[in-house]
Amino acid sequence: MSRVRVLVGTKKGAFVCEADGKRKDWSIEGPLFGGWEIYHMKGSPIDPNRIFASQSSGWFGQIIQRSDDGGKTWAPPSGAAEGESNRFVYDGVPGTHRWYDGTPHPWEFKRVWHMEPSLADPDSVLAGVEDAALFESKDAGATWSELSGLRQHTTGQDWQPGAGGMCLHTILVDPTNPDRIWVAISAAGCFRSDDGGHTWKTANKGLISEFMPSPDAEVGHCVHRIAFHPSRPSTLFMQKHWDIMRSDDSGDTWREVSGNLPSDFGFPIDVHAHEQETVYVVPIKSDSEHYVPEGKLRVYRSRVGGNEWEPLTHGLPQQDCYVNVLRDAMAVDTLEDCGVYFGTTGGQVYVSPDGGDHWSAINEHFPTVLSVEVQTLG
Amino acid sequence: MVRVILPYHLQTLAQVPKEVQLTVEGPISIASVLTALEGAYPVLKGTIRDHETLKRRSFLRFFAAGEDISLEPTDQPLPVAVALGREPLMVVGAIAGG
Repeated sequence: MSRVRVLVGTKKGAFVCEADGKRKDWSIEGPLFGGWEIYHMKGSPIDPNRIFASQSSGWFGQIIQRSDDGGKTWAPPSGAAEGESNRFVYDGVPGTHRWYDGTPHPWEFKRVWHMEPSLADPDSVLAGVEDAALFESKDAGATWSELSGLRQHTTGQDWQPGAGGMCLHTILVDPTNPDRIWVAISAAGCFRSDDGGHTWKTANKGLISEFMPSPDAEVGHCVHRIAFHPSRPSTLFMQKHWDIMRSDDSGDTWREVSGNLPSDFGFPIDVHAHEQETVYVVPIKSDSEHYVPEGKLRVYRSRVGGNEWEPLTHGLPQQDCYVNVLRDAMAVDTLEDCGVYFGTTGGQVYVSPDGGDHWSAINEHFPTVLSVEVQTLG
Repeated sequence: MVRVILPYHLQTLAQVPKEVQLTVEGPISIASVLTALEGAYPVLKGTIRDHETLKRRSFLRFFAAGEDISLEPTDQPLPVAVALGREPLMVVGAIAGG
């Protein structure tokens, strides 16, 4: 029988939750790496027992952890040289980007926000980091090198951090063409490479950000998350600082599909595993009030690719709830009826085993949830 | 042997007890003790001092023989009591956060 494994990264450690295909009765292992921030964990699509985790701390910096047995045991990856797996060094002379006040500021590595294991090679993995850059490892996380063409884009010196830092938080790799990669950076925008990450072009045409002096500038947009359906990667969905956006030309142009949402501010966005036009978001009240509107935790689903959204509430708190869902804290499984998962800043992790119609809590008392990923196991 | 006391998070990371004992080559200084520590426990590289610059991470302090020596030159000899193993070098995380 099929099983699912949910990887939960929190501000105080990681948790591994497993259930059978009914997704009703859950085992919970953890906390792993207790007391450390786990920004992200993700398993290899071709070797599900291999899982990468980004472990960090304001005191002790970055650690990379890897499990090769489905999360039972973990260790920092080591290769020819031990102790190198947390060494993220910008290529060449890093130079400067723009600081909050507009002055030049040196590029400084802070942490890994997102890890994206290769679709083809279990030893290859990409990492999106703060200050915004893309790194790759070809030895299962033991050593890292920067794909510096992104940061050295002509606009790189103009990138500015958002409130959460200048982070590269989303990496999408085209399943049909591994040379095509999209990344999203707060607050620079969306970028696309067609040559495996060596050169990049901006992919922000159509985005409007009223907080900028030039709202339709080439860069400066606070993109919170992008997502696609793996079978149709040319159609992208975006949750921006404000606005839900859609592109049908691989990010060359975007149009707004916020439609009837109660708020178009939010962080996560994801696409149903089997329905290319079914999209999920979790609106929050505003950029100043990072919690769900009206005290009601509602996932919104569009079955037509945006503009028309329906609230999904069955099993979710509908009064006195004031949590947020962070950008990497939503995921879908690939079982026939598509499970949907998300974690909140209040420590709840919810699952819907039926595409969003009904929800229940896997656990309601984790630390603040930073990320949720799910593995569908045979 | 030089004794080093590590903060909790580094104990769990390196899977060691609170205090570790190290054989240190050459003059006993913060730098040489950290080099020995990282040699014995490579997972600690980059967690106390930067990989490239070898600068102390901002929220960590070094205490020895009742003194805060965080701002002293890292190649300065440590107190004799530390060099002889009567007192530990303490790596301390700043009290901050929640």
